[in-house]
Amino acid sequence: MRNIYADNSATTALSPVVLEKMMPYLTEVYGNPSSLYRIGGAAKEAVEKSRENIAKNLGAKFPNEIFFTSGGSESDNWALKGVCHALKAKGKNHIITSKFEHHAILHTCESLEKEGFEVTYLDVYENGIVHPEDVENAIKENTAIVSIMYANNEIGTIQPISEIGAICKKHGVLFHTDAVQAAGFVKINVTEQNIDLLSMTAHKIHGPKGCGLLYVRRGVKIENLIDGGAQERGRRAGTENVAGIVGLDAALQLAIDTMSERNAKLTKMRDRLIDGLLKIERSRINGDRVHRLPGNVNMCFEGIEGESLLLRLDLNGISASSGSACTSGSLDPSHVLLAIGLPHEIAHGSMRLSFSDGTTEEDIDYILEVVPKIVDYLRAMSPLWEKIKKDEAAQNA
Amino acid sequence: MAYSEKVMDHFANPRNVGEIENADGIGEVGNSKCGDIMKMYIKVEDDIITDVKFKTFGCGAAIATSSMATEMIKGKSINDALKLTNKAVMEALDGLPPVKVHCSVLAEQAIKAAISDYYQKMGIDPDPIVGCVPECDDCGCH
Repeated sequence: MRNIYADNSATTALSPVVLEKMMPYLTEVYGNPSSLYRIGGAAKEAVEKSRENIAKNLGAKFPNEIFFTSGGSESDNWALKGVCHALKAKGKNHIITSKFEHHAILHTCESLEKEGFEVTYLDVYENGIVHPEDVENAIKENTAIVSIMYANNEIGTIQPISEIGAICKKHGVLFHTDAVQAAGFVKINVTEQNIDLLSMTAHKIHGPKGCGLLYVRRGVKIENLIDGGAQERGRRAGTENVAGIVGLDAALQLAIDTMSERNAKLTKMRDRLIDGLLKIERSRINGDRVHRLPGNVNMCFEGIEGESLLLRLDLNGISASSGSACTSGSLDPSHVLLAIGLPHEIAHGSMRLSFSDGTTEEDIDYILEVVPKIVDYLRAMSPLWEKIKKDEAAQNA
Repeated sequence: MAYSEKVMDHFANPRNVGEIENADGIGEVGNSKCGDIMKMYIKVEDDIITDVKFKTFGCGAAIATSSMATEMIKGKSINDALKLTNKAVMEALDGLPPVKVHCSVLAEQAIKAAISDYYQKMGIDPDPIVGCVPECDDCGCH
């Protein structure tokens, strides 16, 4: 049996190239970067070199606009809570975000709502894309920050970040983007795109888990989330994850160096897979077909339930997910699919496949062979499918 | 969330899948909005459930509990089948993750709904015997 890992939006395999760069900092250079002696200094140097290179790769003006964190969730929490708490005194207590953000944003917004902040959740329409004019219309006197993800984690739709950045700049409102899924797949330049804060993480781009960053434009007022030592210039306490930081830098560099070739290859495979799977009756592709991440396929098959589809894919050697890995274990269908207007019963039958550089055309052939069989099998035992077909026959009669 | 080997076995190779033509009782519970529907067919001779089949739209646990429940009542008297609890189905599957307990409740309800239907077809009021079959109200997704 083939084994195909098709859940790269959940996490990716650590690249051997990245691991090699990290190894010295997991072995001989174990010093604490805050220490005075030489192996501390060597670790510090590695952290600062990584910061410089990452800043360059994201288009930041200054290396010290990059703050290392434990990953995307921390960065998202820090961006919103830090900015809102800092701007509260100025009477800015309004946040604009979208309905289909990652829970790291949505649950942070809910927490801020409990503190008294007001949140506007923008519609994402049927194609899963925020309309920049909706952002502009939602901005008020008291708006502190706009937070719109760069690319959605479930349906992979890429948002008009430059347009939203320009609008925020025009109105003097801060703009944060969660670029956890987009980094390494789209060209990002925080300065040109008027992004004030940006979250990203290493493990979605073949880097290690447990290391991410928050870009904070110089001059942006932000309160600390984690207090303690003086690391990250007193803004984020905790001994630096030196190997993780080196890995984050190496992973981003690798992703940028291989971007155009990889995107071209993945887009071709993605489109072939979507076309093939759409031949299954009563199937649909979720989210805009063009403005989406090159490795993302998210589909619904009516009459079947997503988890049983995923378990059967797993029995056939294919690792996939039905949305966000963070929500499996919950009975509610994906908030992303509900946000693009799918009814509950269709949203229950979703499947997300997300690919990486390692994916081959043979993998796509195999998926195209297996998925229709599983869908047929599950539909044959589904009373819901029986009803759908009966209603269809009655309509045609 | 991990399923036991028994759950995976009943999910991967479900027993008694299908329909019974001219079934003596058919019960359907759950709804598509919650993400699971179970439909049970029974054949009854002299108060014994001689055959049982099911069709399920739902997650791995929903399919596995349907399969296990049909195995547990096949060949049993109606009285014994009515005594089958969701707990017994869960135990037979070596447990279910907490969020999936409602699937076993659904399996118990599907059997009761099929037996109710059987009594109704016989012209007997099922309520005093079967009791009320509650609507799915614990999936928490309304």
